Amino acid sequence: MDFHIEDVDDLCVGASFLGAGGGGDPYIGGLMVKKVLKKGHRIEIVDPDTLDDGGLIIPTAMMGAPTVLLEKLPSGDEPIRALRAVEAQLGRKADATMPTEVGGINSTIPLYVGARLGIPVIDADGQGRAFPELQMETFAINGVRGTPLGLSDEKGDVATILTEDNHRMEWLARGLTIRMGGTAYFANYPMTGKQVKSTAIKHTLTLARRIGCIIRRSAQDKRNPFEELEAFLPTTSYSVARRIFEGKVVDVDRKTDRGFTLGEVVIREDKKMGEKCCVIFQNENLIARHGEETLALVPDIITIMDAETALPITNETLRYGQRVVVMAVGVPDIMRTESALLQFGPSAFGIEEQFSPLR
Amino acid sequence: MKIGVDVGGTNTDAVVLGSDCVLGWKKTPTTPDVYSGIVTAIRAAKEIAGTTPDQISCVMIGTTQFTNAVVERRSLQPVGIVRLALPAASAIAPLTDWPPDLVKSIGIHVHQVRGGYEYDGREVAPLDETAVAEAARSMKRAGVESAAVTSVFAPINGAMENRAAEIILNECPGIAVSLSGELGQFGLLPRENSTIINASLVALARRVVEGFRRALFELGLDVPLYISQNDGTLMQAGAAERYPVLTFASGPTNSMRGAVHLARIDNAMVSDIGGTTTDIGMLRNGFPSQSTHFVDIGGVKTNFRMPAVLAVGLGGGSIVRDRGERVGPDSVGFELNRRALCFGGDTLTATDIAVAGGWADVGDANLVSHVSRSTIASARASMRAILDSNVDKMKTDPRDLPFIVVGGGSILVDWEVRAMSGVVQPQYSSVANAVGAAIAQVSGECERVIVLAGNNREKALDEARDEAMRNAVEAGAVEDSVEIVDVELVPISYLPGNPTRLRVKAVGDLPI
Repeated sequence: MDFHIEDVDDLCVGASFLGAGGGGDPYIGGLMVKKVLKKGHRIEIVDPDTLDDGGLIIPTAMMGAPTVLLEKLPSGDEPIRALRAVEAQLGRKADATMPTEVGGINSTIPLYVGARLGIPVIDADGQGRAFPELQMETFAINGVRGTPLGLSDEKGDVATILTEDNHRMEWLARGLTIRMGGTAYFANYPMTGKQVKSTAIKHTLTLARRIGCIIRRSAQDKRNPFEELEAFLPTTSYSVARRIFEGKVVDVDRKTDRGFTLGEVVIREDKKMGEKCCVIFQNENLIARHGEETLALVPDIITIMDAETALPITNETLRYGQRVVVMAVGVPDIMRTESALLQFGPSAFGIEEQFSPLR
Repeated sequence: MKIGVDVGGTNTDAVVLGSDCVLGWKKTPTTPDVYSGIVTAIRAAKEIAGTTPDQISCVMIGTTQFTNAVVERRSLQPVGIVRLALPAASAIAPLTDWPPDLVKSIGIHVHQVRGGYEYDGREVAPLDETAVAEAARSMKRAGVESAAVTSVFAPINGAMENRAAEIILNECPGIAVSLSGELGQFGLLPRENSTIINASLVALARRVVEGFRRALFELGLDVPLYISQNDGTLMQAGAAERYPVLTFASGPTNSMRGAVHLARIDNAMVSDIGGTTTDIGMLRNGFPSQSTHFVDIGGVKTNFRMPAVLAVGLGGGSIVRDRGERVGPDSVGFELNRRALCFGGDTLTATDIAVAGGWADVGDANLVSHVSRSTIASARASMRAILDSNVDKMKTDPRDLPFIVVGGGSILVDWEVRAMSGVVQPQYSSVANAVGAAIAQVSGECERVIVLAGNNREKALDEARDEAMRNAVEAGAVEDSVEIVDVELVPISYLPGNPTRLRVKAVGDLPI
């Protein structure tokens, strides 16, 4: 299946939705994808179920600060050099690339790489949403080794990281990203087609594109986008989507710690003495509470959307007074296993509460 | 005394403002040469106020001419575009996503050279001076007389842009150079876009400001001339010649600020009700709330913060249907004086409801005496619902706020409702725009990335405050009057070390 220039904006909106408030605005990545498509490159999206078991797939992505990305745009060669570095370690060419993270900007980087190199992009990823760290991948949970990891910047500097421990991979790569100027591009989790089939969250690029398409068409046809999404998502591997709160942002409190933007947003029902909902985030939204009651909890997706346009709002642009709808989405089963919850469930973010799936 | 002028597409308004009140005002049609309209308006306003030229301390002019030039693709000049960023940023070239007709107006003279800074102030690459000189020579050959220079992270450090300007001026004496660092705010593409648009307007800006000066000369006013900026503050005329793009959207800002000044309120919701639409915005501490989105001008994403204004389809000419159940959004517009029932026309409009209901006195009330009580009541409720729900949408402050109504369509709001819900209609509201220009202050800003460590937060804030205040004084503010009006700290996420974006804004009064 070909990915067309008309699909780019839909993908960007859907990727922001799956970004759960984080993941970085896909705007720049979207422009890069449009540019290569306009130049006549082709982007072929491949269903993971049809993969050759022996093929080599090397995912590609960006890491670092989205704010820096908006100022220091890439040259475009960075993720390609990163992928080449992994190929060099393995002594083998990649047959395809794929996203590590479908939420936010990282949905777009593999499309750009695929177009530039003329290799297909697998319709799957390892996070099913956005998460802040490189070890938080279903690939890792199901035994795929994260390294060799290739990391590169616009200056042409390339680093290769080899370690057995995916947490150390994250820690080392994050340090190098600072030295590279706050953003860097990487390739990691090289794997076979067989491994992709058993460890990836499938059809998530298509999912993101369709979510964006639903939001756009609902606005055009004057239908309720939230109802449409609630009807659509249960037809995918994401079991359920539900509006958990609606109201006006009455408080946003942010601070940084260890490179994360921590904070909470308080939303109040739009009437006098209305009930309040509190969403706590660490880059991405982690938990939504209504008084003592937990409405939704990571790894389930919590996304704050503009009440009128249904466009997702990232935590960097949340502000007092916005009218919003909070929507929660239940993630696929592969993200709710015991080992998955250890890696990116509530305890991985310092939340003591037990995970209970959204119903 | 000060004189405020608003040069709009239709009317040119002038007011003479004393220490605290409007002494005289005049509304005249905008003339094709602009300047003679300004002379007429100022002369009439001064006569009404009975002032002599020596009593006037300065003149402030707000104008939409530059915005209109971009929207209409008129009077734009070719631009030499220089981006200091290689080896970064080449994935997305300058002018990406621009409308083709606008690209045609300014030509494709693009030069990407090595240079730029990292977020922490290190260099991405040293400035390639040879390449900048080569770019300048190529501009000269192409006959380009205006250049736009943008470096990565220029808001943190403008040194490379300044050096590039020197080199370009050395190669092409007399060329106009616009620097992105002067246009503030992170985000390379929107800032570069604003810089390019600015560069395309420089020749027009020189002509327009020259016209303003000529008007003042003809009136015998030998006083400083200031131009309104989009943030509601002023810049000196000389700065407007170099950075005309900063005048964009000064119109709505001036009208909202003029309205609160006339009403003597600092925090309020403002509705400017016209013939077809109502513009609704919020004033906080005397300044309009700003939109958080990129602002699109003539089809180009720019980095300007504009007042967040919601336009809704309610005005004096709004057509009333279904026995008052529906009002607008379509309107008889400028044909109100011909088509409304109270003016002998055949269309029931919002103005007719106000006349029939007895709370407005325009046209002939006898012509609307047949409109039923229930239609009046229901249309009144519809109008109120439109205003209430949209005012509430724009309200981002939990407190109850007064509601200021200005504009020709303000007769639609009936006095009974006004008294009940704290509605205020100030005097002279039809020239709120020119008043907004006259009362404006001057500003200074500082934007940087700081790395929070230990307890350096207060020190960093103090330094930024000092710099912003110094910049305000440099812009002409009286030192004692300068105060900090905005401090914004936004953490840069996904990076260890707590880097934080800091932006401080100071404003101060001009000498009276």
